Amino acid sequence: MNPAFQALLVIAVGVGGCVGYFYLSNLFLDKVLFPARGPQAGRNINRANAVRPWLFLFPALALLCLYLAYPVFATFWLSLHGKDGSFVGTGNYTAMFQEPKFGESLRNNMLWLVVVPAAATGFGLLAAQLTDRIKWGNIAKSLIFMPMAISFVGASVIFKLVYDSRDAAVAQIGLLNALWLKFEGGIWSVLFLRVLPAVLVGGLLLAVLWGGWLLLRPVLDARRQEKPLIKAARVLGGLVALVIAFELGVWLLGVFTNVLPYGRPQAWLQIPFWNSFFLMAVLIWIQTGFAMVILSAALRGVPEDTIEAAILDGANPFQIFFKVKVPQIMGTIVVVWTTITITVLKVFDIVLAMTNGQWETQVLANYMYDKLFRSLDWGMGSAAAMVIMALVTPILIWNVWNARKEMR
Amino acid sequence: MADLVLKDVEKAYGEVKVLKDINLDIKTGELIVFVGPSGCGKSTLLRMIAGLERITGGDFSIDGVRMNDVPPAQRGIAMVFQSYALYPHMTVRENMSFALRIAKKSQAEIDQAVDKAARVLQLTPYLDRLPKALSGGQRQRVAIGRSIVRDPKVYLFDEPLSNLDAALRVATRLEIAQLKEAMPNSTMVYVTHDQVEAMTLASRIVVLAGGGIAQVGTPLELYERPQNEFVAQFIGSPAMNLTPGEVVDTGAQTTVRLANGGIAVSAVPTQAADKGMAVNVGVRPEDLVETKGDRLFEAEVEFTEALGEVTLLHLKRTGDQPQVVAKLPGIRSELRRTQVRLTADPKKVHLFAGGKSLLYR
Repeated sequence: MNPAFQALLVIAVGVGGCVGYFYLSNLFLDKVLFPARGPQAGRNINRANAVRPWLFLFPALALLCLYLAYPVFATFWLSLHGKDGSFVGTGNYTAMFQEPKFGESLRNNMLWLVVVPAAATGFGLLAAQLTDRIKWGNIAKSLIFMPMAISFVGASVIFKLVYDSRDAAVAQIGLLNALWLKFEGGIWSVLFLRVLPAVLVGGLLLAVLWGGWLLLRPVLDARRQEKPLIKAARVLGGLVALVIAFELGVWLLGVFTNVLPYGRPQAWLQIPFWNSFFLMAVLIWIQTGFAMVILSAALRGVPEDTIEAAILDGANPFQIFFKVKVPQIMGTIVVVWTTITITVLKVFDIVLAMTNGQWETQVLANYMYDKLFRSLDWGMGSAAAMVIMALVTPILIWNVWNARKEMR
Repeated sequence: MADLVLKDVEKAYGEVKVLKDINLDIKTGELIVFVGPSGCGKSTLLRMIAGLERITGGDFSIDGVRMNDVPPAQRGIAMVFQSYALYPHMTVRENMSFALRIAKKSQAEIDQAVDKAARVLQLTPYLDRLPKALSGGQRQRVAIGRSIVRDPKVYLFDEPLSNLDAALRVATRLEIAQLKEAMPNSTMVYVTHDQVEAMTLASRIVVLAGGGIAQVGTPLELYERPQNEFVAQFIGSPAMNLTPGEVVDTGAQTTVRLANGGIAVSAVPTQAADKGMAVNVGVRPEDLVETKGDRLFEAEVEFTEALGEVTLLHLKRTGDQPQVVAKLPGIRSELRRTQVRLTADPKKVHLFAGGKSLLYR
């Protein structure tokens, strides 16, 4: 049989089956099971109406159980077995936690988790605000949104070309190296490679310190009465900010003291630690469009007269943005942030296509793939999958909770 | 202390001038009400005073200082929006103190101003609530409180009562009147399409129509001595009856023969040269009385609306004459389908020629 004909047949059978199921089961419920006649007519109608939602939901629920719920338990069960199929209990998990590559994956995932949602949401919000009231804003938005239409693998291939490196003697096809070779230590090099990064890192350092101070200030304020738990959380947050600030300070020093290899093309994807950021750039590039579209709609929804009231109250554009607009769309920002967070936890294709986890870029999903389909170790692979699920679930629950709160 | 002066102010969107030749002199302590049909530009004019819309021509000044290009926050004005425009994520206290915080006032100063405003507006128990936990009337009071704390020279109100239900509207109207009384030195500009609000609150009313000012005056001036047919019909409800006629006798009193056959005598003086002039005779429904003698109108009552204190009579139209409405005191439903004969006191009969009142020639 011609495959096209087969496909048509499948569509006809599938759609017909669906329609037939809903129509016939509904008919059965109303005419046979709880007929709306006889002495029990009223009771039967009520019962039929109580059953009907479950009747209609049944196919979806059954398929979700079969393809989503059952695999979770099956995976968990598999994760308790060794490569040869023998029961090993938590052996896979202990072995995994001792493996350096797993620790590296976990660390990298954490890094992705912090950087990508923050950067994508931040850039998205910036793009949404900046394109809001200009004539060519829609063109800009389309351009920023376009990467959403590219698959992760396709985007990875594009960026692999951007990061490509050739011998210094021949022309560079990689955009980044082509730019890099323009720097030779002159005034522009200092400006772009010392001063600009220093300003960025310094600004981030100050922002972190300021955030930490905002967290800590209420504790020092004797007038504020707060629960000890909240106080402890504030102190902890302040300490974390201090540690991050210290790390940023070290970077700031590094920006000035590093010896930069001018004139030599760099294999960007092979520079440990930083190469993770080059991979993240791909996902940020894609997700910024998503964040921008949602946040742009949310910004449009902010009542115009609250903004006008703020203008009359004397607020400048920054105050209007941060004190009037952003708080009003905070719910949407959280939903966008958590949605991207979940995408990040599942990130796999980008790493697989660009480095395959080499040079310390491994992430959990690719680690799982390695174990499952390359080493064919079903136990270890399943254990890795369970870890990813354990990380995603709380964020997912929070995300759904927030999204529902937004809808109310 | 704030005198507002608008001189030849105009507003154009591209080629279209929506407002032009706006000349207005607002004195300290006045409560000026802008009224007019929807789309007449009254809100636009208020927003131009606020600085939310650019003034495209003419000069606007407060206390002699030209304000055309001064940012809204520095004009010394505060505005109350129709939709309240409260910041939904801030408590009542934060809403009211936002402007002072932006202005970097001290905490003690802010607390004092907010507490005082809250006391005046009876909002003290609600200071830590979010706007969504307040009723419509309370939200409107917060919006007013937000402008009071800034202690502005000029208060602007953009249809502040139109989102409230009828009972609350009357109560809040009284509150605004009391507020005005309590602050005799502040100037207020108030936009509404509700003429009851305009008549009760205003020290002077500005009627806007067709992109310009139709008349400025105290509420009773507008009612008793309208400058033109538009104002005559806009102020008062139901609208003033206008009937075409021809001047037949002039002097201290003017006699007009109406196109419907009636005779109207008006206290408006005319000169001999006016004899034969085509005029519109205007009589308010409430000024019409039943008579046995000379009549303005005589027709069958097509329809009655008894409101209790008064009864509205809708007279049958004769030919292409405009519909006449009369308002008689008491309940007079029995007049339906009967013939009535109506006249009016000469002092209450207005004459218009070419749309303009003969009083203002």
